[in-house]
Amino acid sequence: MKTVKKQDILMTGVGGQGTILASDILGEAALLAGYDIKKTDTLGMAQRGGSVISHIRIGDHVYAPLIAEGDVDILIAFEKLEAIRWCTYLRTGGIAIINNLAMPPLSVGLGTSKYPDDKEILAVFKKITNHVYFVDGTSRAQQLGDARTLNTLMMGCISTFLPIDIPIWKEAIAHRIPAKIREINFRAFDEGREALAHVNIG
Amino acid sequence: MPITMTGATTKKLLSGNEAVALGAYHAGIMVATAYPGTPSTEILENLAKYDDLNAEWATNEKVAMEIGIGAAYAGRRTLVSMKHVGLNVAADPFMAVAITGTNAGLVIVSADDPGIHSSQDEQDNRHYAPFAKVPMIEPSDSQEAYDLMAYAFTISEEFDTPVIFRLTTRIAHSNSLTEVTGKRIVPTDRVGFKHNTQKYVMLPVNARYRRPFVEDRLVKLAAYTETFPFNKITWGDKKLGIITSGVSYQYAREVFPTASFLKLGMTHPLPRKMIREFCKGVDRAIVIEELDPFLQENILAMGIKVTGKEFIPGIGELNTKIVRDAAYKAGLVADKPRANAISETPPSLPARPPLLCPGCPHSGVFYTLNILGKRSRLSDKSKEPDVIVTGDIGCYTLAAYPPLLGMDTTDCMGASIGTALGMEKAGVGRKIVAFIGDSTFLHSGITGLVDAVYNNSHITVIILDNSTTAMTGHQEHPGTGMSARNKEAPSVDNKQIVRGIGVKDVKVIDAFDLKALRSTLKSAIDNEELSVVIVRGDCPTKTRARSIPMAIDSEACTSCGTCLKIGCPAIQKVNDQIVIESTLCIGDVCAVCQQICPQHAIEPVKSAAKG
Ligand SMILES: Cc1ncc(C[n+]2csc(CCOP(=O)(O)OP(=O)(O)O)c2C)c(N)n1
Ligand code: SF4
Repeated sequence: MKTVKKQDILMTGVGGQGTILASDILGEAALLAGYDIKKTDTLGMAQRGGSVISHIRIGDHVYAPLIAEGDVDILIAFEKLEAIRWCTYLRTGGIAIINNLAMPPLSVGLGTSKYPDDKEILAVFKKITNHVYFVDGTSRAQQLGDARTLNTLMMGCISTFLPIDIPIWKEAIAHRIPAKIREINFRAFDEGREALAHVNIG
Repeated sequence: MPITMTGATTKKLLSGNEAVALGAYHAGIMVATAYPGTPSTEILENLAKYDDLNAEWATNEKVAMEIGIGAAYAGRRTLVSMKHVGLNVAADPFMAVAITGTNAGLVIVSADDPGIHSSQDEQDNRHYAPFAKVPMIEPSDSQEAYDLMAYAFTISEEFDTPVIFRLTTRIAHSNSLTEVTGKRIVPTDRVGFKHNTQKYVMLPVNARYRRPFVEDRLVKLAAYTETFPFNKITWGDKKLGIITSGVSYQYAREVFPTASFLKLGMTHPLPRKMIREFCKGVDRAIVIEELDPFLQENILAMGIKVTGKEFIPGIGELNTKIVRDAAYKAGLVADKPRANAISETPPSLPARPPLLCPGCPHSGVFYTLNILGKRSRLSDKSKEPDVIVTGDIGCYTLAAYPPLLGMDTTDCMGASIGTALGMEKAGVGRKIVAFIGDSTFLHSGITGLVDAVYNNSHITVIILDNSTTAMTGHQEHPGTGMSARNKEAPSVDNKQIVRGIGVKDVKVIDAFDLKALRSTLKSAIDNEELSVVIVRGDCPTKTRARSIPMAIDSEACTSCGTCLKIGCPAIQKVNDQIVIESTLCIGDVCAVCQQICPQHAIEPVKSAAKG
């Protein structure tokens, strides 16, 4: 029998970035690793471009599908504005992994709102935790040859903080990703691990 | 208890909707019918994967319900699924089958949407159960959704009644571990239809005959629910007892790990004896439920003092924090909930509402109407626009946002035409255009158009035909030529319907041809008679159509911002420079921006590179 400290993970991004597939992979990995898991995505509608969030909860026994505000252990954001939008969910001392990408919403282009700058974002997170990691996920994924591997790359990042063995992660990726593009996604996963390799949280 | 390791596990990570579908499949349904609607849509999508039953999209929820009734009368277990507001559309046949009863099991999934994630209202459909005097089942996770489905069919048959199977967004769209214990068994003992006037022909005389049966059925169900295995007391600390059901149970368990629980899997009729016993056994009993005080009021009516809605909000979705904060305020937990490091996000973060996709066939027509109808006046609120737009429900409702400002009203599916007619009768004095999607037109727009012809209306109706039900995730409908199973199907032609109804001014135009849009819309609006314009263009998010993306020649571009007025997410302003994000642009299959750029600065990437 395996017991594990509860891990509440909030994954945020913009519709079309592949966060739902990422949350599916994470859910599958936790299942294969033998944990109880609940996972819920709020996406609402078919179109691209809206805010998307997934709650993923792992533990010995999980009741609620939604994570309480202020209880998130790991916030993993595929886009910077979508990181700060959900910052109140992160618990004091929690981990924030943020893809270094800005996707300004239409209102910014129309001049009716302003995109927060990096300093502002960092200052807000610093009030909550010292564990804030910006990852050049999108550019790393592009360098690998397929920007769409961002989601497996971000899974690589988060894997460094979760008690799930690497072969299990790869099995979960293999379940969810078609054979044609599996190799490049494995590489993206490794790339994500490497991006956070230096990090050590006691 | 943690489950076993890889290989040995029989558990699957299923969403509530997947579990409902699998549960119904194993319960032996032969017919499944539905109209799409978040959060219920995936139930039928999952059932459509099986070859050994009939899984179909119906034209609307009323038709789905009627098909369900017929199939159940004819002796086949049947599942009908819809979102909460769908049951309003289907309420008439639903109330009828509540009286006639069924033959084989008939289970109706109502998927409610607390929090209004993707609906027009937040109605609590639990009220339909006492209203129709039928039993109601409520799972609290995917495991229960799977397990309870078998019970729902048995109850339906044993008590000769349709059963409401009520989900909420957080049950339908959450994945949790599910042990799949059953396998498909199709009962055949009820197959075939037997004539029975008193049961099936609801003339007043027969309906009056059936009425006492319905009351009697409730009495029997009330006895049964006391023994229903999913109505369960778990004694803990007897100082506090919590009565709850559905997803609320999960939040309550986290906040009150040691309290006593009465968890209800069947919430109509209520197990009164069990409730009395439970309330007697605890010092204080409270009800934790989402939305209306449904359980609470029914328990209060039994003369038992319970509280709940005094501190648990009746609006929106619950979560652990809401229940925890409420419990603290009500003095139910001693510890003050720990404060967050920061309690609010920085003010004025740009919102990110869903938008029409790049290349959406709805963009050009709303852009055109914005100009013709002087609708940009809405942005400075100086004056009302020249044209009133009554809207409907679908992706196109998003055109209500700036910059398109394309909508004055949106109520429920199909309402655009009737609302426009009403404004006309009221003598509003301006031109009125009703917008309706192709799926919505077939769902409930046709009758409005018949009224327009009959009562001599002069409005313009625009049917946005993108050949899919896009909003809910691109389901087929009777006009798309494909079935729920993705097989070719006969297709209903909306142009012929419009003509057949008797509309004389009918035009069909290409959604991406701005010149044609402008002249056709102008003449339709100017026409003093009823006119219908069918705007056709495939939804690229469904077809995944892509071609060479567009790019802006930065030298030719004067940053005038005309192209930003389409509201296309691919056209962005970065540091005062307008650019087209090439990974988002679907290219020259759309080319709406290219047609409106006054500087002719927009070209497909390749030719721009050449020049
Ligand atoms: C009675 C009812 N059933 C279902 C829904 C869910 N729903 C919202 S919009 C829509 C259909 C949209 O299709 P269409 O009119 O073709 O527009 P599109 O989204 O394709 O632009 C549906 C099914 C609803 N709101 N009300
Ligand atoms: S899903 Fe299709 S119809 Fe809906 S906004 Fe996107 S392109 Fe338009």
